[in-house]
Amino acid sequence: MRNTQRTEKIAFFLMAAATLIIVTPVVIILFIVLFYGLPGLTWEFISANPREGMRAGGIYPAIIGTLLLTLGTALFSIPLGILAAIYLNEYARKNWLTRLVELAIINLAGVPSIVYGLFGLGLFVTFLGFGASLLAGSATLAIMTLPVIITATREALSAVPQAFREVSFSLGASRWQTVRGVVLPNAIPGILTGTILGLSRAAGETAPILFTVAAFYLPRLPQSIYDQAMVLPYHIYVLSTQVPNVSPRIQYGTVLVLVGLVFILNITAAVIRARFRRRKTW
Amino acid sequence: MKKAFEFFIEKAIFVSGAASIIFVILIFIFLLREGMLLFSEVPIQKFLFGINWLPISDPPQFGILPLILGSLWVTFGAILIAVPLGVAAAIYVAEVAPGWMRGILKSGIELLAAIPSIVLGFIGVVFLSPLLKNLFHLPSGLTALAGSIMLAFMAMPTIVSIIEDSIVSVPKSYKEGSLALGATHWQTIYRVTLPAAASGILAAVMLGIGRVIGETMAVLMVTGNAAILPTSILQPVRTLTATIAAEMGEAVAGSSHYYALFAIGIVLFIISFVINLAADILLHKK
Repeated sequence: MRNTQRTEKIAFFLMAAATLIIVTPVVIILFIVLFYGLPGLTWEFISANPREGMRAGGIYPAIIGTLLLTLGTALFSIPLGILAAIYLNEYARKNWLTRLVELAIINLAGVPSIVYGLFGLGLFVTFLGFGASLLAGSATLAIMTLPVIITATREALSAVPQAFREVSFSLGASRWQTVRGVVLPNAIPGILTGTILGLSRAAGETAPILFTVAAFYLPRLPQSIYDQAMVLPYHIYVLSTQVPNVSPRIQYGTVLVLVGLVFILNITAAVIRARFRRRKTW
Repeated sequence: MKKAFEFFIEKAIFVSGAASIIFVILIFIFLLREGMLLFSEVPIQKFLFGINWLPISDPPQFGILPLILGSLWVTFGAILIAVPLGVAAAIYVAEVAPGWMRGILKSGIELLAAIPSIVLGFIGVVFLSPLLKNLFHLPSGLTALAGSIMLAFMAMPTIVSIIEDSIVSVPKSYKEGSLALGATHWQTIYRVTLPAAASGILAAVMLGIGRVIGETMAVLMVTGNAAILPTSILQPVRTLTATIAAEMGEAVAGSSHYYALFAIGIVLFIISFVINLAADILLHKK
């Protein structure tokens, strides 16, 4: 009897240790980024163009580039993702076609990010002739983000009780009227949460934008959607592997700005989720 | 007017629903379109099993065996680290941790998922690789081991959350039955809960492998990028993904090097396709 209890204690201790081994590095990484990044985070750093081959000045074009790219991604992926989720949850019957769509979504979610980069290069940059541009980069990232948005939206839609729909139908509303008037309004917080998380992932991606939009060194803002842009993730890659003798202040500063941007999006999503849970009445 | 709008929007819904299928097909077509052009110059078995990747020497050689083995080598190491830790952490979070701690641990793991891979790669270069260099007295810390450690952490959120889901979804009556027979909490977890969640755990491992084999930037930065057949974990290696990322910028469009990189893309696409399909079948077995 004593023996089994001791085994249990040891097992639980080891599991707690494993959990700590996973969670502690996260805290350490965030601490490192903050500790070394904050000193470099001046107003000049976020509002000025890079100078002297990126060894001085700021990262203003890369910040704006990332914001524009994320906005472009949102414009393509949100309508498409939400409509696709509505199809799957509200319209589709349980047949082979629906199963095929589900498999396609799972597959899109699993395609390596660098393969999205190749695809964007082949389709948008070369075949459609967009060139390396904000347009090509946004479209590539949008397709990559699509499965996240579809999955989250679908979950939010299916959390709306079936009775809500039945009441709406019984009042004579059509399927679309039911979706528009009853299902969507109740699912909005869940949709928002999932969408923001998907976009925050897109904002931090590097591989899909390597050949579709990212500019090595372009100390000005993009002039149109057919223009290349500097972006934060690629800029970090360049600063840490391609340009010698960059001061750590600039490297860590750039990392901190990207991590900050991604975390602001994540926290926004978490707040929306928490508020919604408290208000939920069914 | 209202009817016309409804007609239009419902058509848009159907088209969007089918869009995912179209995108998967488009990705495959556009990889094939460029990648297949390589095989008019290099036979496919020489591409897959050639042991020399020398794309810019004269004559160039496009054997991707070292890259495939590099990917497998790093992936194997990552899974070896990630699976035991991930399973243990998932059980702890789902079954053992007190309620207040569960939320904190889950947010910690979610936070890990939120950190962009380029940031983890950067930390790998500035912290992990010097650490390994000093620990093992290496000429450089940029090795397969560094890649495996980085990748293990990147796969962790996927592995933990899927295993946790499958543990939580084991029917309560199973556990209660076991406890009622006098088994301890740990005996119940070990003998009842884990076997019942086995297919979910296997699916988590598969999806973890998929995540690891497709990861690009962190691997590119920390593995040292030497296209040689791997023999030790303390050696630099080069993966399929890193090769595309590192070389596409210099490959001239329309050259056989360019086609070869797309052909690597085909290999990656097929690998991820098979892994995801298998994981999905496991998850939907019931």
